[in-house]
Amino acid sequence: MADVQGAANSGEDLRASRRRLIAEAAGILVSAGGFGFLYGLAARDAGFSPIEALAMSTLGFAGAAQFAAVGYVASGLAWPGVVLLTALLNARHLLYSAALAPWVRDRPFVERAVAAHLLTDESFALTMAHFRRIGRADMWGYWVAAIAATFIPWNLATLSGVLVGGSIVEPRQFGIDVIFPAAMIGLAVGLVTGRREIVAAISGATVGVIVALVAGPAIGIIAGGLVGPAVGLLIPAAAAHETAPLGSRASAERYSMPGARYDDAPPEPGP
Amino acid sequence: MKTDLVLLAFLMFLVTYPSRALGLLTPGIDRLPGRALEYLQLVGPAILAALAAVAVMVVSTDAGPRFHFGLEWLAVGACLAVVAWRRNLFLGLVTAVAIAIVGRMAGLG
Repeated sequence: MADVQGAANSGEDLRASRRRLIAEAAGILVSAGGFGFLYGLAARDAGFSPIEALAMSTLGFAGAAQFAAVGYVASGLAWPGVVLLTALLNARHLLYSAALAPWVRDRPFVERAVAAHLLTDESFALTMAHFRRIGRADMWGYWVAAIAATFIPWNLATLSGVLVGGSIVEPRQFGIDVIFPAAMIGLAVGLVTGRREIVAAISGATVGVIVALVAGPAIGIIAGGLVGPAVGLLIPAAAAHETAPLGSRASAERYSMPGARYDDAPPEPGP
Repeated sequence: MKTDLVLLAFLMFLVTYPSRALGLLTPGIDRLPGRALEYLQLVGPAILAALAAVAVMVVSTDAGPRFHFGLEWLAVGACLAVVAWRRNLFLGLVTAVAIAIVGRMAGLG
């Protein structure tokens, strides 16, 4: 924590950093709204009711995992499989949580417990940039990033999408059926930070399709999701060309929704 | 109104919250073996790619799963290209939907 205090002098003025946070959060807000709306459409197309789609957004609150859950449910995957794959897909938050911990360890336990549920790729990216600019934690900034920029628009947009989706008689004519696979492949591209990810993605897709043709889509998805990473690990670390290790600021930016770009941000000092 | 999946949403919360909270609430116990962290980093791309590929290339029929080739390939491929090029997922999704709409209006797929 001493390093955090020490870095305070080199940080920008708090108000200036908050203004910048708000500007960056506006971009996240817009994209979260658009993406959440599309999630609502896809969920409705897969048979989710408005309450079910909204429950995913409030309780799960993880875009990629929610889109994936739409696919799991549509493919008939049993709930234990859905839960297992969700746990694996969301395990990256562990790294975000660990990266934030030194900044907020002096905050009350209950506050940190609530903050944890709102920790997403986007809130991590916005918050870490803000904390590093000012050289200390500023929970006001965290709540703006996590609630105002992400949680509220994501949930409102989900509700809008699922309600609008329910009123569309022929979803296929409006291309709604391609939203899910397109979102999945787009999110996968956003997670590629080196050769290992590329190999894992291609292997996962290949194994997934082959096994799906033999044993059904649900089994194929599990097989692809579990075997793909193992194949990716066959690439030696020296040849992986990893550009954004998980949990780092660079990684957060890669995960962020469109709009979250911090090209002129300061280097990553670490608290 | 159907509410079955609310329980599934709660289960998803139960397995997601620990990874979000572990580091914040109990600093120090978040250190997993390096190989496990490397594996976790690759899970996301692999699962998402598998989901996309299965959704586009496999259709369920009464006779069992069948390989499928159609307009969806083009739409999803275009989304992949746009996201890789512009780093903008929303733009990629809009592109995919637009291709699907136009293609179907033209009688493709």
